[in-house]
Amino acid sequence: MALIMERIGIWVGAILTFAIFSFLYRDNPFYKIAEQIFIGISAGYWFIYTIYNILIPNLFTPLLTNFSANLLLLLPALLGILMLCRLIPRIDWVSRYSIALVVGTTAGLFFKRYLQSDVINQMNATMINPFSAPDLAATIGQLILIIGTVTGIIYFFFSKKHEGVFGGTARVGIFFLMISFGAAFGYTVMARISLLIGRLDFLLGDWLGIIKP
Amino acid sequence: MKIFYLFFIYFFICAYCLLAQEISFTAEDNPNDDGTGIILMWKIEEENVEKIIIERSSDGTNFIEIANPMISDEQYLDVQDIKPNIKYFYQLNLYNRNGEEIISPLQTTVFAKAEWFNSNRYPLFLMTVLLAFAIIYYIVSARKGKHLFIRRISGLETIEEAVGRATELGKPLLFVPGILDLDDMQTLAGLNILSHLAQKVAQYESTLYVPVCRSMVLSTAKEIVKESYLKAGRPDAFNPDSVFYLTDDQFGYVAGVDGIIMREKPAANFYLGAFYAESLILAETGFESGAIQIAGTAMPSQIPFFVAACDYTLIGEELFAASAYLSNEPAQLGSLKGQDVGKAIIIITFLAGIVLEMFGIHFLKEFFTMH
Repeated sequence: MALIMERIGIWVGAILTFAIFSFLYRDNPFYKIAEQIFIGISAGYWFIYTIYNILIPNLFTPLLTNFSANLLLLLPALLGILMLCRLIPRIDWVSRYSIALVVGTTAGLFFKRYLQSDVINQMNATMINPFSAPDLAATIGQLILIIGTVTGIIYFFFSKKHEGVFGGTARVGIFFLMISFGAAFGYTVMARISLLIGRLDFLLGDWLGIIKP
Repeated sequence: MKIFYLFFIYFFICAYCLLAQEISFTAEDNPNDDGTGIILMWKIEEENVEKIIIERSSDGTNFIEIANPMISDEQYLDVQDIKPNIKYFYQLNLYNRNGEEIISPLQTTVFAKAEWFNSNRYPLFLMTVLLAFAIIYYIVSARKGKHLFIRRISGLETIEEAVGRATELGKPLLFVPGILDLDDMQTLAGLNILSHLAQKVAQYESTLYVPVCRSMVLSTAKEIVKESYLKAGRPDAFNPDSVFYLTDDQFGYVAGVDGIIMREKPAANFYLGAFYAESLILAETGFESGAIQIAGTAMPSQIPFFVAACDYTLIGEELFAASAYLSNEPAQLGSLKGQDVGKAIIIITFLAGIVLEMFGIHFLKEFFTMH
């Protein structure tokens, strides 16, 4: 029975894969069916996932097993209930309190985190003696790092027009950014190819059995 | 006499060996913590020692093994159930290769102490104060009526043009706020732009679709769009179904949005927020449909795809600057100007750091390294 179910699962997976691939030609009924199944099943899956992996272990179980020691959990529970008030139009405004808390906390936490990781660590990594490198190539590399960082930051100045020397410097900055984007593009495309290989592996291996693991 | 000499030489060699063996064991409070860490340090220059074991006790009699580190580590941070203001006894046991104890255990005592301030974070504190001061100063200046100039950001200039085009063609507009939740700054930045866009859509009496993949984003986006219609003086035109949830699943969401793009054929697509692998799928489908596309994200790995497939791309911080640029509100403009001052401080500081490093002066780098 388990084997039959597994085979059915593989066939359904293969048919849905082709249905999704058919979008490469144009929008069609097969794609629409696959899309609706995908959205419906995944929405249901995440709903159940949230209940069993977030609400039950993090809220219900601690409260039911040791209520007095977990009183603090009532606070997020209350905020969650406030969010559900959106379903009642007359009092949907109370959900704003939960949203405000999340937005405010996020802004505060990220301010510190970005300042730490993106600013101070970057400054520290750039404070180098470029001429201390062992060879010419490394020296050039360090100079590029310094020039790229300074001009890149200058590009992101918003309170001054990009003209004259300042504009030229910002232009150098955008060149650096574009070169790094080009490199990232190539790198990420390679990663995407691996996703395609994974699908082909499923079709040719699990489904058709042409290639063996 | 000969025996006396031999004994003297033997005694001298033994004394020398004992003096040459340096074995020390000290413990001190781990600085800059909440009193839950103790640093243990040892120095062992005795060749026979093959293994060490550290034991701890809170009463000085019942010791329990807490670690078996390498001799060469020379220090160990004990964070196992340490509480502040309690006297801990430690002992270091030294064993030879046969597992026999070489000398009696070395003992030391220490109190763990909680510090009010973490001195490693002083650079962070300094930067925060400077940045906060600059932002507050410019917000106050802007509120007093001082004109703050913000340079042109081409992607944002196009918003009105895109809404106008959609209205002329009788087609809707699509706004995708990324795939992360409200706890990501990019989502918040995207939603700020949505507020401005929805206002324009309300003014032009066009149609807007906002598919989302997070429940919190759904509530927030709905609230934002509703308020924008209210601000535009058209609360009756707000359609609550224009902001809708698809699924939390990344590719399920993409499949849904792609379907909307191909079926509804929006005149303009806005992808503003945090994106991952779905960026190119969305942008490519939008390109196929012939829509004007404006994207913005701070995800370095996804910006290239948007640059390649969209008409305008807000790169990194441009996304965060957008709401100030669009709203022209003194508080937001002041904040943006203050951040620019922060950037100037950063450039000056690290250029100074580079010059100091070239002259062999390391204090500035060390100051920031402490962090």
